Amino acid sequence: MNFASPRTIDEAVRLLAGVSGAGHVLAGGTDLVVQMTAGLRSPELVVDIKHIPELTGIREDADGFHLGAAVCGAALSEHAALKATWPGVVEAVDLIGSMQVQSRATPVGNLCNASPAADSLPALIAAGAEVSIIGPEGPRRVPVAEIPAGPGRTTLRKGEVITTIHLPPRPPRAADAYLRFIPRTEMDIAVVGSGVNLALGPDGRIAAARVALGAVAPTARLVPEAGAALVGTALDDTALDAATAAVRAACQPIDDKRGTAEYRTRVAGVIFRRAAAAALARARARSL
Amino acid sequence: MAKIHVTTTLNGVETEFLARPEQTLLAVLRDELHLTGTKEGCGSGDCGACSVEVDGRVTCSCLMLAAEAEGRSITTIEGVAQGGELHPVQRHFLEEAALQCGFCTPGFIVAAKNLLERNSNPTEEQIRFWLAGNLCRCTGYDKIVRAVQAAAAEMRGES
Ligand code: FES
Ligand code: FES
Repeated sequence: MNFASPRTIDEAVRLLAGVSGAGHVLAGGTDLVVQMTAGLRSPELVVDIKHIPELTGIREDADGFHLGAAVCGAALSEHAALKATWPGVVEAVDLIGSMQVQSRATPVGNLCNASPAADSLPALIAAGAEVSIIGPEGPRRVPVAEIPAGPGRTTLRKGEVITTIHLPPRPPRAADAYLRFIPRTEMDIAVVGSGVNLALGPDGRIAAARVALGAVAPTARLVPEAGAALVGTALDDTALDAATAAVRAACQPIDDKRGTAEYRTRVAGVIFRRAAAAALARARARSL
Repeated sequence: MAKIHVTTTLNGVETEFLARPEQTLLAVLRDELHLTGTKEGCGSGDCGACSVEVDGRVTCSCLMLAAEAEGRSITTIEGVAQGGELHPVQRHFLEEAALQCGFCTPGFIVAAKNLLERNSNPTEEQIRFWLAGNLCRCTGYDKIVRAVQAAAAEMRGES
């Protein structure tokens, strides 16, 4: 194996595009190094992106927040403005692993590891986040939901590197929340996860809603029908029942040791409702 | 690939070593630099026995390649005591009997010291969350939490 730590994105792309075998980006390494140690992956080249200045910071401007691909989870939690604006995204990332893992693991790594149960994904998808990618054929920008292709697989092409996650500008009276179900209080993998992102209109009714689910299908997914069922309502029981039915209809889980398919489908509805209530409470608090 | 030459600040001292590209920081600390206070429990980021500080953040050295240490500042358990004087966290682990076999202890002490540098008066819940990535199969954790609380009180000048 070869190891490189380039100082520019172009150099990273050139190295990854030029390797004959498997090339791999190294950010936090909390998945990659474990997989290498266990012999599950033996890349020919590992490219550490933490010395590329554009990838190491969090920026805010008129287009929203921009999170560099090498920014670790702990840095997100320490960013007061980001946390106030996107509490659901930050709490989802914060659920990944221990403090020792938070000081290394990145949301982009969570995205590229493409676990169906990745905690940050439902929150990022609900937020409408996009990623910037640079590759041998130039740059492109795509919604987060288009990156995972299946468990452990992505739609990234050879030599492509995700450089930034973009979170859109926030209207007033808007907030998000992420909740997951695990059978203990900490340090576990989601049985079901749900991200909900709501914007309220001046009348206090829901003007926009995005609902996403994790761990109930091969990839985290947006459930447009659930969001649509909430728009124009005050999140009353009728609206929630309709959205819950849409959530359960979108579930295609597997049976495994964490739960049966039937159980996951049922719990997905419960977790979605709680996340929606949390997002609503936050959106109301932000409009005071 | 040839071995990589790495220059790092280790426990306050500029240190150079050679590492194979796939070698973890944990392997280099223990096998090349003979700093065996840092332990390997799982090698997969689950137990925290390998905890070290890298640029002020507590990290699993089993999850980090040694080559990544270039230019970083690393503190291991060997760098916690100052000139033969135990750190308050170390002393209170002894006084409160917060260890039995001791295998998890270096990781707990590195992580707890890092917490107290960020938060001088953590609640019990904050201590338990911060240390959730450190596993102990002996003590049942209560004595560890009490030792951290006692060290925090002493460091605040309350005892
Ligand atoms: S040996 Fe690193 S976390 Fe267990
Ligand atoms: S004292 Fe034995 S594992 Fe903690």
